[in-house]
Amino acid sequence: MAEALVAIEDPAVLPDTVGVRQPRRFTVLFWIAVVWLVLIIALAVFASVLPLDSPTQVFACIPNSAPSWHHLLGCDELGRDMLSRIVFGARVSLEVGFTAVFIGLVFGGTAGLVAGYFGGKTDLIISSAMNVLLAFPALVLALAVIAFLGQSLRNVILILGLLSIAPLARLVRASTVVYAQREFVTAARMMGFRSRRILFREVLPNVMPSTLSFAIVAVAVAIVAEGALSFLGLSVRPPAPTWGNMIAEGSTYLSENAWLALCPAAVLCLTVLALNFAGDGLRSFFDVKDSAL
Amino acid sequence: MTTNDALLSVENLVVEYPVGRGRKVHAVSDVSFDVQAGETLGVVGESGCGKSTAGKAIVQLPRPTSGSVLFEGTDLVKLDGDQLRRFRPRLQMIFQDPVSSLNPRRRVEDIVGDPLSVWSAELESSVASKQERKAKVAEVLEAVGLDPVSAAGRRPHEFSGGQCQRISIARALVLEPKVLICDEPVSALDVSIQAQIINLLEAMKARFSLTLVFISHDLAVVRNISDRVAVMYLGKLCELAPSDVLYRTPAHPYTAALLASIPEPDPAIVPSTTGRLTGELPSSIDPPSGCRFRTRCPRAEERCAAEEPVLREVATGQRVACHFPLVEARPAAPANVASQQSA
Repeated sequence: MAEALVAIEDPAVLPDTVGVRQPRRFTVLFWIAVVWLVLIIALAVFASVLPLDSPTQVFACIPNSAPSWHHLLGCDELGRDMLSRIVFGARVSLEVGFTAVFIGLVFGGTAGLVAGYFGGKTDLIISSAMNVLLAFPALVLALAVIAFLGQSLRNVILILGLLSIAPLARLVRASTVVYAQREFVTAARMMGFRSRRILFREVLPNVMPSTLSFAIVAVAVAIVAEGALSFLGLSVRPPAPTWGNMIAEGSTYLSENAWLALCPAAVLCLTVLALNFAGDGLRSFFDVKDSAL
Repeated sequence: MTTNDALLSVENLVVEYPVGRGRKVHAVSDVSFDVQAGETLGVVGESGCGKSTAGKAIVQLPRPTSGSVLFEGTDLVKLDGDQLRRFRPRLQMIFQDPVSSLNPRRRVEDIVGDPLSVWSAELESSVASKQERKAKVAEVLEAVGLDPVSAAGRRPHEFSGGQCQRISIARALVLEPKVLICDEPVSALDVSIQAQIINLLEAMKARFSLTLVFISHDLAVVRNISDRVAVMYLGKLCELAPSDVLYRTPAHPYTAALLASIPEPDPAIVPSTTGRLTGELPSSIDPPSGCRFRTRCPRAEERCAAEEPVLREVATGQRVACHFPLVEARPAAPANVASQQSA
């Protein structure tokens, strides 16, 4: 048997056995998502130079009027132009959503990576800290921060960022634990790579996709949470529009005029969907699927 | 055998893991062996016998509980993190799962080239520039039988298991190590691919003048590649002998049982039932007293439970840890045994 093993000649190795690469393309869905995102961002950036009514101008049209040529998305209960409010609201909402989640990603992600990779006492300390953060009542935290630091958009971002640290840290930690046990990490250590390099070059790229998918949803949650804070008078004060406070205000008129809440909610929903599709498209384009034997 | 010119010398290696409530797994218990420069030492044993743990303890991942690992006279166990790091390029390891041992997100040229870019500045090697590194990567990829042009830009999932193992070997060899520890390098592969990889390892051993520690549960594979073979059972070394001696005249009852369990690819042969192992592998949390093999040993007597056998020489180069070995100790080895040693 042993002799039989050696007798087999080493055949030519590479060309015919390697899988054929398929040309990769972006799907139509991806392009629709990209167009939507570009549109929303462009509208938010150029809101002040667009021919729109002021978002706070009451009786710009008849209250609760249906969409018309002059007011494409109709008017709210005070006769303010809905399109204008959504466009101006996008500025605050997108800023709050992305910045807060970015803060969460940087701090929570790093904490999760370190906890998951080093394990042991480091993990215990970081995980306990994250559990404390998770257990801390969100509203009390918000009230405390506003009370001490004052009411401003920056502080709202700070609160939501702080709140998104723990869930992101947990998620990143969980997937880091999985990858830290893989043999390529052992191999990297064996080759004398330093921990920082292993964390950011070997583990992070593997942990990133699932984290980003979650982060996109977290952006939506942060945008809605901003609305809730705004409703409680802890965020941007009405009448300044944000998607969140439009949904919150509109929901009180749900039985009379559902449009007021549904319209900003639909825009938010489409934006998050678009982010997801765009993310998926990019991911499959860069082909980072896991290998299989 | 215990001369000082051994390239790698493992002495009284112990690896234990706590499993809670003060109990611990005795993964490797008091194992000692030497590896001479240029030789291939096979390590065999059934799963859970601690052979992989011993291999990993040699490269200090994780560090052993006690004992020493002398590499060119330096005790790796005593080195601190940064000193140990400087030794890392000289001891490399390849793993059982070729897919898990390659980062799915990185391209082959990065996987193989990274060790060079990490070390080129520190080791003042001849691969300081990017072009030189690229040339070196191509050279090594070619050496392991991959086409550097088409392979470099691909990711591991585009390769088969055998090809992934070639990439692993290339990555280990790019730093030009002295010792290569192969932890079940062919167990996850098809038999035909196994032969290719083993031939490749032999070729690389000659080309890069490597010293191999070849860990496997497959006796046929180990016989094929090893100069000497160490047999492990439940964290202990049972027998250590030159390959042909061990396979012809096993001294430890466990070695004999292992050899008897190799299936013969001949339907005419009636499998013998004698010497076959019965019973379960005891728990390594609470290993048997005395000789650890006594619970399954056909030759076990009272003495085996009371007294732990130590490794002793029964024939030239053949050492066994057994009170009642199948080969009786002789004062002087006969000439025919001595001649087998030279192989």
